[in-house]
Amino acid sequence: MGKLFSKENIAAFSNPLNLDNPVVVQVLGICSALAVTSQLEPAIVMGLSVTAITAFANVIISLIRKTIPNRIRIIVQLVVVAALVTIVSEVLKAFAYDVSVQLSVYVGLIITNCILMGRLEAFAMQNGPWASFLDGIGNGLGYAVILVVVGFVRELLGAGTVLGIQVVPDALYEMGYMNNGMMTMPAMSLIIVGCVIWAHRAYNDKK
Amino acid sequence: MNTNSNTYTIIYASVMVIIVAFLLAFVSSALKPMQDANVAIDKKSQILASLNIRDLEKSEIEAKYDAVITCDPIIKADGAVVNEGAAKDEASFVLDSKEVNDENMPLYIANVDGATKYVIPVTGRGLWGGLWGYIALNEDCQSVYGAYMSHASETAGLGALLVEPWFHDRFLGKKLFKEDGKVALTVVKSGAVKDENYEVDGLTGATLTTKGVAAMVQEGLQKYIGFINSKTAAQQAAPEAACTESQACEKTEE
Repeated sequence: MGKLFSKENIAAFSNPLNLDNPVVVQVLGICSALAVTSQLEPAIVMGLSVTAITAFANVIISLIRKTIPNRIRIIVQLVVVAALVTIVSEVLKAFAYDVSVQLSVYVGLIITNCILMGRLEAFAMQNGPWASFLDGIGNGLGYAVILVVVGFVRELLGAGTVLGIQVVPDALYEMGYMNNGMMTMPAMSLIIVGCVIWAHRAYNDKK
Repeated sequence: MNTNSNTYTIIYASVMVIIVAFLLAFVSSALKPMQDANVAIDKKSQILASLNIRDLEKSEIEAKYDAVITCDPIIKADGAVVNEGAAKDEASFVLDSKEVNDENMPLYIANVDGATKYVIPVTGRGLWGGLWGYIALNEDCQSVYGAYMSHASETAGLGALLVEPWFHDRFLGKKLFKEDGKVALTVVKSGAVKDENYEVDGLTGATLTTKGVAAMVQEGLQKYIGFINSKTAAQQAAPEAACTESQACEKTEE
């Protein structure tokens, strides 16, 4: 451990944001990226929920990593994740009911999100709590950024709104502009994720 | 310590499960009252939406519901009242959908700008899961005043559009009955409307969901036929009778 912001710790946080992004580089968590991004708001909430859960699951697993019996370590990880997800879901129902209705089944899907299990198995089982926390936050935010980009594009082109506020002027509709209904379908978000991956690779290859 | 021994593994698993179970039970019971309040407010906003009162702030919903709804009586299939529901949210409002039968049918009576409206809850099945809705009828129970419906898991972008207000607006002013006394109001495949008075245009690309909505509306209203006929008869007998809030409730008691 030593220093809180040593080079390794900074890297654990910043790598997933760009060069080791869980969605566009490791291609994990695609399922939920398709499901919740038809509007921006659920995308943001989903991104933040995953960030919080990845971070805390990482910390918990990291704290108990030396006690976990090797043969049931995946089960232990799953129980920790499932318990955290259930708590988040209950809290959303109590404090942000509309959002929980919109996310409905996808909150449960966080449990099966590959990013979570991947980080627990690959990072938290070998590293200390603080580094694991940063790694969880980094990966969660790396996932959230992509969700927000996809959610923004889909809501803008699909419904002409951003966060529920109309941004495409009425004058444009009168001139014959139409919302693209395809954008509200999950298939289009796959294409948008593809475009994001394209842009990301092109940018990083140039460097 | 040998963390690979069987005894250690079994004890570890048991302790972990017990701790997690206590934690979840605690969270669940601590947040239950707030969750129930949210569900109730959501239900009230749905009932108000069926009366064309939409886009309320969350804080306004309770007061508006209280102002618009005059009572929520539980009735029998023939229109007789089982429970007056004067408290507005303690009779029909809390009636579990599993308890609904010919002897226990939920109903909401509303007063919108001086006119009595009857809100009938309906449930049905869509393509992937359950559908539910509220149909508001005018005082003579012959035409639709407003509608709200929602779904559990219809296809996003197609069937799921049935929650949109522009779809609900297609029900406005539709008539319920032809001469034979059966519910003629229905939802037809998109673009296949033949009789504007009775047929609602369905959702494009969601034929099976549309069929589910049609069945839900028809079967749901058919169950209330006894009640509807009694209201229609009363209305024809005294067409000029102005209906105030208290009278609206008294009438259902007869």
